[in-house]
Amino acid sequence: MIIRSFCTSIKQAFRQIFRNRAMTFASLFSITAMLLILGLFFILVVNVNVVTESAKQQFDTIQVYLLDETTQEQAEEIAGRLKQNGNVKSVEYLTKEQALEEYKVKWGDKAYLLEGLPENPLPNSLRIKVSNLEDADKVVEKVKTFSGIEDVKYYQTTVDKLLSITNFIQWGALIIIIFLVVISVVVVSNTIKLTVLAREREISIMKYVGATNWFIRGPFLAEGMLIGFLSAAVSVGLISLIYYKVTETLGQEAFLMFSTALVDEKFLIWNLIWIFVALGVCIGAFGSILSMRRFLDT
Amino acid sequence: MIAFENVTKLYGTNVGIENISVRIEKGDFVFLVGPSGAGKSTFIKLILKEIDADEGSITVNGQEVTTMSNRKIPKLRRSIGIVFQDFRLLPKKTVYENVAFAMEILHASQRAIRRQVPQALSLVGISSKANKYPNELSAGEQQRVAIARAIINNPTVLIADEPTGNLDPDTAWDIMQLLEQINRRGTTIVMVTHAKDIVDRMGKRVIAIEHGKIVRDDRGGAYGPYDEPATLENIFGEEETAEDDN
Repeated sequence: MIIRSFCTSIKQAFRQIFRNRAMTFASLFSITAMLLILGLFFILVVNVNVVTESAKQQFDTIQVYLLDETTQEQAEEIAGRLKQNGNVKSVEYLTKEQALEEYKVKWGDKAYLLEGLPENPLPNSLRIKVSNLEDADKVVEKVKTFSGIEDVKYYQTTVDKLLSITNFIQWGALIIIIFLVVISVVVVSNTIKLTVLAREREISIMKYVGATNWFIRGPFLAEGMLIGFLSAAVSVGLISLIYYKVTETLGQEAFLMFSTALVDEKFLIWNLIWIFVALGVCIGAFGSILSMRRFLDT
Repeated sequence: MIAFENVTKLYGTNVGIENISVRIEKGDFVFLVGPSGAGKSTFIKLILKEIDADEGSITVNGQEVTTMSNRKIPKLRRSIGIVFQDFRLLPKKTVYENVAFAMEILHASQRAIRRQVPQALSLVGISSKANKYPNELSAGEQQRVAIARAIINNPTVLIADEPTGNLDPDTAWDIMQLLEQINRRGTTIVMVTHAKDIVDRMGKRVIAIEHGKIVRDDRGGAYGPYDEPATLENIFGEEETAEDDN
């Protein structure tokens, strides 16, 4: 019984969408536009997250640059003393050659730039990982008391700044996304309200014959969901296209700027499809239920 | 079976229906007559639970309507067939689909629909127009479709709100014969009308409502002393009957 009325609803929704081509197109267009903007924000947030995460990992280490005259034995003694500190997770000794190797790996196909260096400018160093980023200050103070040290570098303030910026971006995006969703619901509900208005008499007849509210709502609900679904499909398609172009043209620059790759487009798009289909269908459903409330409550 | 017991419905300070008690038995054919604004529509709307009574109790097919939850209204309406003066057919559906729709809302199977709809269409004599749209039919034909839709689910009660109001006398009489035929199958019929000649010629039970009160309830009665539109004599007559009622 439920399956039968579900099928009837879907059939009627298709018919209805075709009959109201202009209106359907209008709301399809609006929702697609919303979802498009929403999707671009979504992609921005995801990428910001990735950049932040990788930045955090880069910056939770304290680099201790050693004087050239400091021997490896002295360095390892310092390391051993540091390891006894509870805030230190690990200490690693890096020779200048190892450091250069690392840079080469990190720069990948740009590594040839390093070939031209007359001599290795990098010092020997100790790399300290702290267990808790907030305690990095104390560790730094401690390190500074040892001799044979040229410089201590760590990026507490950079990390803090980065975190507050990403926080701002995330919250901002969330607010904009919510705002866009609400607008989408209103747009769908208005579109469907027009078709409902055009069929107000029909609805009243249906009620006289004894149709339940859900029976009357069914086709409109299906119509809204279908519009939402189609919008989701169109916008995901457009976003894939845009993102593909962006990664193609900007990928390298982004890599150098943030020293991490942009999120893989396939991974992103597949996630986006599910989110958008669900969101589009929900927007459509909610919009249509909203638009019919006045006609069914009486 | 429809029973009103001390039912009152007010619209603000205006009286819709005042303290009406009446029983309409299964298989009855009842004409509801009276001047415009007397309370006939209120009476019908109360049966359909389009509006709620302020006082009293209304039972339709053994179900108490006044205390019924809104959720059960669709079920109530399915047990009552309704025919309107303006037909109220779904304009975008064919004759067949209009009648089938009343079955679809009951989640009837396609098999049952394919079997019963042609039967109903043939009963009202409109089989040849099954695939036409309402706007391609004459008024009389549209009313036949509306009647087919009203009886397709075998309701125990058929309410007809001025079903002949938009029809010429000959067509109106055809419709009346159709209603009588349906009544003979055991369906209770409550018909609101202003058509004096029809009421007089049918010789059925007549309930006359004026100023929200039942002023006359005759078996084999006639339409009564008033015509539409109201004349001075009518108003005088109404006052007289109102006094009688007190």
